[in-house]
Amino acid sequence: MNLKRFWTMLKARNREFFRDRSAFGWNFLFPFLIVAGFGVIFGGQSHTEYKIGIYPHPNSPVQPNYPVQIDQVKIPDAFRNMRLLEFIGFATEAEGLEKLKHHKIDFLLRIGEPPHEYYVSDESPKGYVLEQMFKASLVPPETQLPAQKKEIRASAIRYIDWLFPGILAMNMMFSALWGVGYVVVRYRKNGVLKRLKVTPLTAFEYLSAQALSRIFLLMFTLIVVWTGCDLIFSFTVLGSYFDLFLVFTLGSLSLTALGLVLASRGTSEELTTGILNFISWPMMFLSEVWFSLEGAPGWVKITAQIFPLTHLLTAARKIMHDGAGLADISLEITILTLMTFTFLAIGASLFSWNK
Amino acid sequence: MLEIKNLVKKYKNVVAVDDISFAIDQGICFGLLGPNGAGKTTTIEVIEDVIPPTSGEILYKGKPRSASFKDEVGIQFQSTSLLALLTVRETLETFQNLYQKSAAIDDLVQMCYLTEFQNQYNDKISGGQRQRFLLALALINRPELLFLDEPSTGLDPQARRNLWILVEQIKKEGKTIVLTTHYMEEAQNLCDEIAIMDYGQIIARGSPTELIRKHSPEMTVPLPKAQLKLELDKLSLPVREVNSRIELKTNDVNACLNMLMTLGIDLSDLVIRSPNLETVFLNLTGRKLRE
Repeated sequence: MNLKRFWTMLKARNREFFRDRSAFGWNFLFPFLIVAGFGVIFGGQSHTEYKIGIYPHPNSPVQPNYPVQIDQVKIPDAFRNMRLLEFIGFATEAEGLEKLKHHKIDFLLRIGEPPHEYYVSDESPKGYVLEQMFKASLVPPETQLPAQKKEIRASAIRYIDWLFPGILAMNMMFSALWGVGYVVVRYRKNGVLKRLKVTPLTAFEYLSAQALSRIFLLMFTLIVVWTGCDLIFSFTVLGSYFDLFLVFTLGSLSLTALGLVLASRGTSEELTTGILNFISWPMMFLSEVWFSLEGAPGWVKITAQIFPLTHLLTAARKIMHDGAGLADISLEITILTLMTFTFLAIGASLFSWNK
Repeated sequence: MLEIKNLVKKYKNVVAVDDISFAIDQGICFGLLGPNGAGKTTTIEVIEDVIPPTSGEILYKGKPRSASFKDEVGIQFQSTSLLALLTVRETLETFQNLYQKSAAIDDLVQMCYLTEFQNQYNDKISGGQRQRFLLALALINRPELLFLDEPSTGLDPQARRNLWILVEQIKKEGKTIVLTTHYMEEAQNLCDEIAIMDYGQIIARGSPTELIRKHSPEMTVPLPKAQLKLELDKLSLPVREVNSRIELKTNDVNACLNMLMTLGIDLSDLVIRSPNLETVFLNLTGRKLRE
């Protein structure tokens, strides 16, 4: 390994990244916008989970399909006062049914005295839940089964705190796979790699420079975005920031190594785009970036284990939310390390300058 | 300097280079000519170690190419892209750092006339500027052997002549040059020795003068048809009709002119065309369009 050549390629790649203003800006802006967007949606009081159509609503002919002042219409009080519900008025039953049919609303209820009439789609899981909620709201409080609400003793984890590491890791994943995998394939296609091949530069020096440059950029982006978002949302980190940094560094190493596998062959940007999507989309959905896989079928959970993002996120969330130390996440660290070496070995053995 | 022995390169069902052998002496400019698809670029890329040969031997300074080969050769590809978002000067500096020995950037900038655009991004320069820049890049490691693959393709006449001057300068420094080109005038001007390739084989070899003497010795005497008021079979020379002209082929210009004067033909618009490399090329590879 010639350090001068390695450093030269590292510097050239970093210059390219920092000078590409639009891509550079987007790398910071994208995760920030996602976090800010979800912060607004889930942080405020306006969030609704279920949409209920009510008819006939008197104001609807003037301004149809709009959220109504629910305290002015005749529906069961217990149902009216439930959280996470949004009521939308319709002038006629037919209008409401049309929206229900197309899943624009989850439940359709006729305004008025009992007996209440409602419509619900058998195809809609939300509709089923709402139906049970509506039926429960009709039962007098004294006949309800005894149940006692217990408070969570530790402070509850805000959704934004749970989501934030996922967004950062997802951004890291896309940046690593596309920034290495796609860029190197593009360089192979347009002849840059061919030009470099006829110099004394070795494949190891070139790939190491690409990988290290990307890891540096990923961590730089992570720190900037974390700091910016933390100023707004004040995230809770129960564990050590140093441990968190180590985990994200190892994660970026692993994801970049996976990018090198994708970069090892091919001259077709279209094919590479397809492969990148094929890998990144399942990884995004199955690694618990957006939602938990708790209760998902066993095979889905097992499939999720093949993705480095799953282990990165598990470790990061354990540190952030449970105050875990490095010993507590040794399994994730071991898996990420093994994955990194495996990806590097595959990438290095498959790499070609030309094809 | 370079010796190629029984070189073969096959791609599935296509034989791109078919058992060719040649040697290139130190300090000369060696031209590899041929129609499109003749195998020139494949040959040169096998020698450059861009692609592996199917069989054959390539000797550099009498030995198989070693790791130092890449340090000692300079290469200008037919078409290439470079690392993005670097200026011309930064690109030169980047490549300079990849080699053990290197030329001074300022000297190259001056020699290849890069001063005016050295601080522009490497993909934001004109065609002529780009070719001069790529030549400077090929010279960045002070190579002993320089490969130039169609360096003047797409250049206007001024830019092409400017490039020739640069190549002449490099030749004077004693470097060995391997040049492929479509331009016969370029080959005739720059090359000391030429190999003409067709269908993967070398079909002729020698200096430009030798090739002309051997493969196209006849001079051409074109005359307007209107001036020849006699039957063409009265001329005892090979004759060819080209549009509104009659072209006579001759090895002896004096005898030809005497004959024309004897026949009372007006020679006031006479032009005599000497044979050139283009004639040799067309005679050897045919006039039929390849692609």
